[in-house]
Amino acid sequence: MNGKDKGKVLEIENLNVYYGAIQALHGISFYVNKGEIVTLIGANGAGKTTTLRTVSGLQRPRPGVVRFLGADITHVKPHQIVKEGIVHVPEGRRIFSALTVKENLEMGAFIRTDKRSIQESMEQVFDHFPRLKERLHQLGGTLSGGEQQMLAIGRALMSKPKLLLLDEPSMGLAPILVEEIFKILQNINAQGVSVLLVEQNALMALSIADRGYVLETGFINIQGPAKELLTNPRVKAAYLGGS
Amino acid sequence: MWQKLKSKITGMTIVMWTIGIVTLALVVYGSAVTLISGKYTLKQWIDFLIFGLAQGGIYALIALGYTQVYGVLKMINFAHSEVFMSGPMIGYFVATDLYHFNYIDTHPYLSILIVLIVAMFVSMSVAVILERIAYRPLRNAPRLVPLITAIGASFFLQYFFKGLFGSNIKVYPDWKVFLGKWVVFGQPILKIQIIVFFAAVLLMAGLFSFMQRTKTGKAIRAVSEDKDAAALMGIDVDSTISFSFALGGMMAGAGGVFYALMYKQVFFLMGFVPGIKAFTAAVLGGIGNVPGAMLGGLFLGLFEAIGPNLFLDGLGIPSPYQLKDVIAFSVLVLVLIFRPTGILGERLAKRA
Repeated sequence: MNGKDKGKVLEIENLNVYYGAIQALHGISFYVNKGEIVTLIGANGAGKTTTLRTVSGLQRPRPGVVRFLGADITHVKPHQIVKEGIVHVPEGRRIFSALTVKENLEMGAFIRTDKRSIQESMEQVFDHFPRLKERLHQLGGTLSGGEQQMLAIGRALMSKPKLLLLDEPSMGLAPILVEEIFKILQNINAQGVSVLLVEQNALMALSIADRGYVLETGFINIQGPAKELLTNPRVKAAYLGGS
Repeated sequence: MWQKLKSKITGMTIVMWTIGIVTLALVVYGSAVTLISGKYTLKQWIDFLIFGLAQGGIYALIALGYTQVYGVLKMINFAHSEVFMSGPMIGYFVATDLYHFNYIDTHPYLSILIVLIVAMFVSMSVAVILERIAYRPLRNAPRLVPLITAIGASFFLQYFFKGLFGSNIKVYPDWKVFLGKWVVFGQPILKIQIIVFFAAVLLMAGLFSFMQRTKTGKAIRAVSEDKDAAALMGIDVDSTISFSFALGGMMAGAGGVFYALMYKQVFFLMGFVPGIKAFTAAVLGGIGNVPGAMLGGLFLGLFEAIGPNLFLDGLGIPSPYQLKDVIAFSVLVLVLIFRPTGILGERLAKRA
């Protein structure tokens, strides 16, 4: 068991989450291996966002276990989870609109203190998203939707994460921008950051992911390598808009 | 075109605009009559102006606390009046001790610095403890609950201080260096008022650059905007909220000492009126907005110092200065009617 666990960055076991009396997740279990891109796909209200919020500590499971690099982090506070090496890009980007692009990125590096290495990370973010450099002193709220998504991802990278959680990065963006952002996600992943990607755009998500899970009203019903899911008839019918 | 315009005008807008126009007309008429009558000399107007600036500086310092707390918690901390009172109250005992040892006369600047630091520390501690005990457990309660708690905490603190130190008015010792007048451009001006104004401006500039430049300041702004997103960046939201209470408390404590130096007295209910006025100032500038609170405070101070004589005297109202509170609160009502967001404000209704 232990030998097997070594390859896992994130391990979710029997996760149950409630909002008041309503159960949003019904004992789901899944894992992310080191260096993988794993995607959770599913319709609106399936529990995808809840899953990410639970991993990053904003939501408490009862019961359920979240393990990160073998350590139980189920009851660690959100701001401490960032220190562990997990960073969550929330749904709807949630950048700080009254802070400048630079200040947003600085907030992403909040847990770090070495100014020089923070500056290096900022340069790396500009390598991925050159447009952010042009907008450095603009307020976050004045950016376009695509730029805001870039800022949200760039801000997350500033914490030097081992695992990146992404909630609907394609939401509200033009297809060409979605492609650009997904390409950058692959680059980020190639640099050694594991990715857990939540998406409604199943086709895009599965096309860059190694493995996928299909979440339906709080249950994981289908799972497997992304290539297999792309050809799975049920997935095709329900999520890929194919016949 | 005309039809379209007509359909937009409802009974309410007519009432509002009538109120606005009548107020404006009275203000203009009153001011004109006052100025033409020449009842006040230029020197007197300058006195009013300087007094207004000093008073406004104090309001601004208190208003910062309301705005900081509103920023991070979206609640009005009605116990902030008592945060303001507690600093100079404890500072009084330090000041009288220093006075008895003759230290105020021999080392006036060092001793005012000591009193200031003590008062700022006390107000800061009261604000932080208040948040920890009274507000944090209610973080997820309906909005009305912390509001009522704040009013309760306000009474608690008032009578706690009354119980500890009695209800008598305590007279602050004199700092001889601050007495008397300076002559600026041929105008004699009270030293203390000028000092208070510049000290307040200095503190506000310090706070402003803290909020803009330091990591903690930026974190406070991030938490004000989105607590969850801030937590996801690794910002400890609870300690950031504590920190903004601490900053607001420090500013109020300093404002309290300036108040005590200008009016030479402190007592357990001293916070009430300046507190409410500063709240007005915060709303006037746009609550949640730091430069807004500064601007609102100065504006209200000036308005209150010049307004009664300028607007009301000309209308034939006897002893207009007694009505300065009426002016202050009329300003609050008018702002709420015509520009609920305040001068620089974020939208009050946005998250309400």
